[in-house]
Amino acid sequence: MMAEKTFSIHVNDRACKRCGICIAFCPKKVFSSENGKPVVTNLEACIKCKLCELRCPDYAIVVGGEENE
Amino acid sequence: MRKELEKYFRTEKLPHIWCPGCGHGILTGAVVRAIDNLKLDQGKICIVSGIGCSSRAPGYLNFNTLHTTHGRALAFATGIKLAKPELKVIVLTGDGDCAAIGGNHFIHACRRNIDITTVVFNNNIYGMTSGQYSPMTPQGAFATTAPYGNIDRSFDLCKLAQSAGATYVARGTVYHIPQLIKLIEKALLHKGFSLIDAISICPTYFGRKNKMSSPVRMMEFIKDACIPAKNAEKLTKEELAGKIVIGEFYEEFAPEYTEEYAKVIEKAREGK
Amino acid sequence: MNSKAILMQGNEACVEGAIAAGMRFYAGYPITPSTEIAELSAEKLPKVGGKFIQMEDEIASMGAVIGASLAGLKAMTATSGPGFSLKQENIGFACLTEVPCVIVNVQRGGPSTGLPTLPAQGDVMQARWGTHGDHPIIVVSPSYVKEVYELTIRAFNLSEKYRVPCILLMDEVVAHMREKVELPDPSSIKIINRKKPDPTIKEYEPYKDCDGDGIPPMANFGEGIPFHVTGLIHDITGFPSTSATVTEALITRLMKKIYDNLDDILDYESIFTNDADTVIISFGSTARSVMRAVQIMRREGQKIGMLRLKTIWPFAHRAIQELSSQVKNLIVAEMNFGQLVEMVKASAEGRFYVAGINKFNGELIAPNEIISRTREVRSRA
Ligand SMILES: Cc1ncc(C[n+]2csc(CCOP(=O)(O)OP(=O)(O)O)c2C)c(N)n1
Ligand code: SF4
Ligand code: SF4
Ligand code: SF4
Ligand SMILES: [Mg+2]
Repeated sequence: MMAEKTFSIHVNDRACKRCGICIAFCPKKVFSSENGKPVVTNLEACIKCKLCELRCPDYAIVVGGEENE
Repeated sequence: MRKELEKYFRTEKLPHIWCPGCGHGILTGAVVRAIDNLKLDQGKICIVSGIGCSSRAPGYLNFNTLHTTHGRALAFATGIKLAKPELKVIVLTGDGDCAAIGGNHFIHACRRNIDITTVVFNNNIYGMTSGQYSPMTPQGAFATTAPYGNIDRSFDLCKLAQSAGATYVARGTVYHIPQLIKLIEKALLHKGFSLIDAISICPTYFGRKNKMSSPVRMMEFIKDACIPAKNAEKLTKEELAGKIVIGEFYEEFAPEYTEEYAKVIEKAREGK
Repeated sequence: MNSKAILMQGNEACVEGAIAAGMRFYAGYPITPSTEIAELSAEKLPKVGGKFIQMEDEIASMGAVIGASLAGLKAMTATSGPGFSLKQENIGFACLTEVPCVIVNVQRGGPSTGLPTLPAQGDVMQARWGTHGDHPIIVVSPSYVKEVYELTIRAFNLSEKYRVPCILLMDEVVAHMREKVELPDPSSIKIINRKKPDPTIKEYEPYKDCDGDGIPPMANFGEGIPFHVTGLIHDITGFPSTSATVTEALITRLMKKIYDNLDDILDYESIFTNDADTVIISFGSTARSVMRAVQIMRREGQKIGMLRLKTIWPFAHRAIQELSSQVKNLIVAEMNFGQLVEMVKASAEGRFYVAGINKFNGELIAPNEIISRTREVRSRA
């Protein structure tokens, strides 16, 4: 039985230092801020450019994969 | 963190000591991604740094790593590379570490064209000692030791490297990461001395002193100030004032130091 | 016997000894009176597959030497006063990170640019305490050209064995003098190499005292076991720590690995000390004048002995404390304002009268100066 692959954006809450970079510079405004914490609120808009992942200073974001903790 | 990248980090040492939004974390990620894209032999990579916030990077990276004295990373790296040319030697350094106290080692490493890739985490300030001006602090900017504005003129590290003899020279930023990764990859593949002037951000000290204390504000500043090297060619000196020119500046294929030394050994042995 | 006698300069003997000891890397910056060491290394090293590099300054030379040693080559640098001062920060790095290396300091008159071409022994204390902080160091000092060869080999051996920088403290006279040297058959030379970790080891802890001798096995960069080296205080894994316990344990081990092995490290020559009432203590080229003076005074029937230190640091307190009870006077002859004499006074603990013969004007201490000062000391009321 194969589960259908679902696209997701994972933010590792323990690694995130709430710098706000991912929220501010996502070209599609996929994240919103919950007291500085990034939450994915607009997943459908994501164009998978991975800029958020590449620019996260704390390697807290994984776009389109599974984060292993 | 993405699973494929974990092997490059000493994950047990994370989270790193850097402040929230510090550009050094972004740059370290870019270096690792460039190494991963090229599938370089991890065991044959040696990463050397000096002293500063930037120079803490190797401690988080799972390679042969050496955290030396302030400004001297390139001197140690030169010894490693000449002793064992089969190692890929990468120097991660700061603007103060590289251009102030280490400036002499920097120009001489460029001159020798020894096969070392140097990535300068250039945040235009001394971060670790809490915000004094560096040789890369722009004129007019504020620092704890420039309370009335900095009167020093700053270096253009890329021009300095090129005229000193470096054979691959480029500049990227924490904002333009896909491009920066490509530039680091090219630098790593280049045989000879390669320099990446990687514009970083220090929201804590440079930012706070210069009315940009949030990381987002600093990133915006960089985004707005950057222009690609190609576009810059058409601009006058006045038009370029305050701009950060990014991209590739120089590439040359010239004899590499350790290969030249191998020839010295051959010559000396023939004469025996 | 495969040995051959050659007329050789001290600096040349140093390079010959270094290569015999396994030196395969040299980084330096030219400075009188050490320059011949660089020039000869440049010529001879590539012949044995070694590497020579002239760096941009002495700071860089010291850095390159440490880098090369971490990459697995036995490495040396040579300099004199001003350059020795510049090397100090990185010498401290090698002390703390336990990277074997040999630093030759051919002493000249100081301070500052001083007397570039004239001899002195003014760097005795700097050789011990030149870099900041508590740290271990070994310093050896030759008096003859033949001994330059032997002590250079010994400097490498001690450095490799104890993972500590070793300083060969020469002076301009020994460095530039020519004497007949009989080079031993290379196969008869005892060579010590750093001990390495078991290559099959999974978790290499680079600063773990595995064998209980205070000397952790040392891996080379690029040979399969990646590790971290830092000049910050570190724990056994090599990563920074500010813990008081870790700091104390590290500094204690660094000191103990030297001070627990004085039998092996100390080296001195005692001549006519058994029945002497006065012993003249010296080292380096000054010891040659002392030797002549002692011979002359002995011929006159005077009970004079001599103690010649070959290991200067750690200091041979024991050699002084073991002197027999009929010794009344200790005279320390050195080409400086009085450095080693302070150590001798500390060792004497009031048991002996301690006096100095000091010269710091670029001239050697002549045997007759030693004789007249000795006379003075012995006839004091
Ligand atoms: C010989 C010496 N002088 C001064 C210092 C203090 N110091 C440590 S880091 C630093 C500046 C680092 O600036 P930079 O290289 O730009 O790194 P950043 O912290 O900004 O990343 C200074 C002056 C030192 N450690 N050693
Ligand atoms: S960029 Fe990274 S650290 Fe910064 S807020 Fe986003 S997830 Fe958190
Ligand atoms: S991948 Fe691109 S579009 Fe998607 S969330 Fe990240 S930055 Fe936004
Ligand atoms: S002080 Fe500046 S450079 Fe240092 S970690 Fe903080 S933000 Fe980064
Ligand atoms: Mg900086």
